[in-house]
Amino acid sequence: MIEIKNISKWYGAFKVLTGCSTKVDKGEVVVVCGPSGSGKSTLIKCVNGLEPFQEGEILVRGVAVGAASTDLPKLRSKIGMVFQNFELFPHMNVTDNISLGQIKVLERSKEEAVDRALALLKRVGLQEHALKYPGQLSGGQQQRVAIARALAMDPIAMLFDEPTSALDPEMINEVLDVMVELATEGMTMMVVTHEMGFARKVAHRVIFMDKGEIVEDAKKEDFFGQPRSDRAQQFLSKILHH
Amino acid sequence: MFSGFDFDVIARAQPYLWQGMLFSLGLTLLSMLGGIFLGTLLALMRLSDHKALNIPAGSYVNLLRSMPLILVIFWFYFLVPIAIKKLTGDAYAQGIGPFYSALIAFTMFEAAYYCEIIRAGIQSVPRGQVHAAYALGLTYGQAMTRVVLPQAFRNMVPILLTQGIILFQDTSLVYVVGLTDFMGAASKVAQRDGRLVEMYMFAALIYFLFCFSASYFVRRMQVRYSVSS
Repeated sequence: MIEIKNISKWYGAFKVLTGCSTKVDKGEVVVVCGPSGSGKSTLIKCVNGLEPFQEGEILVRGVAVGAASTDLPKLRSKIGMVFQNFELFPHMNVTDNISLGQIKVLERSKEEAVDRALALLKRVGLQEHALKYPGQLSGGQQQRVAIARALAMDPIAMLFDEPTSALDPEMINEVLDVMVELATEGMTMMVVTHEMGFARKVAHRVIFMDKGEIVEDAKKEDFFGQPRSDRAQQFLSKILHH
Repeated sequence: MFSGFDFDVIARAQPYLWQGMLFSLGLTLLSMLGGIFLGTLLALMRLSDHKALNIPAGSYVNLLRSMPLILVIFWFYFLVPIAIKKLTGDAYAQGIGPFYSALIAFTMFEAAYYCEIIRAGIQSVPRGQVHAAYALGLTYGQAMTRVVLPQAFRNMVPILLTQGIILFQDTSLVYVVGLTDFMGAASKVAQRDGRLVEMYMFAALIYFLFCFSASYFVRRMQVRYSVSS
């Protein structure tokens, strides 16, 4: 479904991604981890063209993300994305946040969009907050709304960019629970996270990045059993034993 | 101590002064709306990655901000009719008249200042908001009008209004092309009745009351906005 072929990216003279290649099949959950500054967030933002890249190719269901002829808004509307800082629109209430894309991009009627928004809010357990503004919600609630907003577009795949990193510890689980549920339903997911518990539970594959390179790309069982690289082993020992 | 003064002159000239005030307010409002609209377009051009858009917009802003306002007014009043004559070859072609000259001059002049305010306002909206809008599949235009500009304007309202107050004071310059705003009306009455002290004191008082209460209102609003966000 998502094919990343030999991607390289520079910020000026600084190379942030070096020849990254991997793929995510339909229904697969791939967790991307690595130390900060390793390029994992940049890589995931290349998948829906939020970050441009200079070399290589990314195909989403066969459509090249970087090609000039690609209808990028249309392609993005099929890939849900959830951000580290939620990025709900603060000037709209929760329902409008979830309806905006449905109405403007999918051209659903207002009623249809609101119905869908309410159904999704119920699903993430926030139906009673439908008319609140993002500023009135806790971080965990905001992130669940953000997931609902992405799901409202009926995406073929979901990208998560450190969805729990900005959350207080007691709120992490409510967000992870929603994500686990999605994963078990067969959603195709690419998740940048340090939550190894989540990876153990639902990931099919784990990618380890360091200094802009994909160092390890292994099945979950292999990755947690015996990472092949020293760097991955060091990283795991740091985040698992503290 | 005011025995030598005749404050009744103000009451007698009241309808004329009121007309002048309406003109000042009308010109301020129209130039503000025009300036904000044009300024928004200029700001979007300046923020664009395309050189063909950001260089002309940047040059426009720098040029206009280097000019005294009075020169811009003269430009539109005296030079534009000459240009029209040259371009159309019609020696009897009329200019656009003092009112439209002034309105266009103010709009274009203010647009340069509004552009810089709005540009800062757009940049104050976090990049992640733009990413979130794009990630939903919104186009550039939709992301701007639905997500970025509403937030930018909300942050900018106090500064935009403050600029409007400055503009209100600046509209007194229209006397140079023979228009009668509030200041012009006060001035004409003062000259006609030989009551310079009374009229100019009255004009100062009105400008002070108007601008001071407007700034007070803006400050109140600022506090309110910063609390709610």
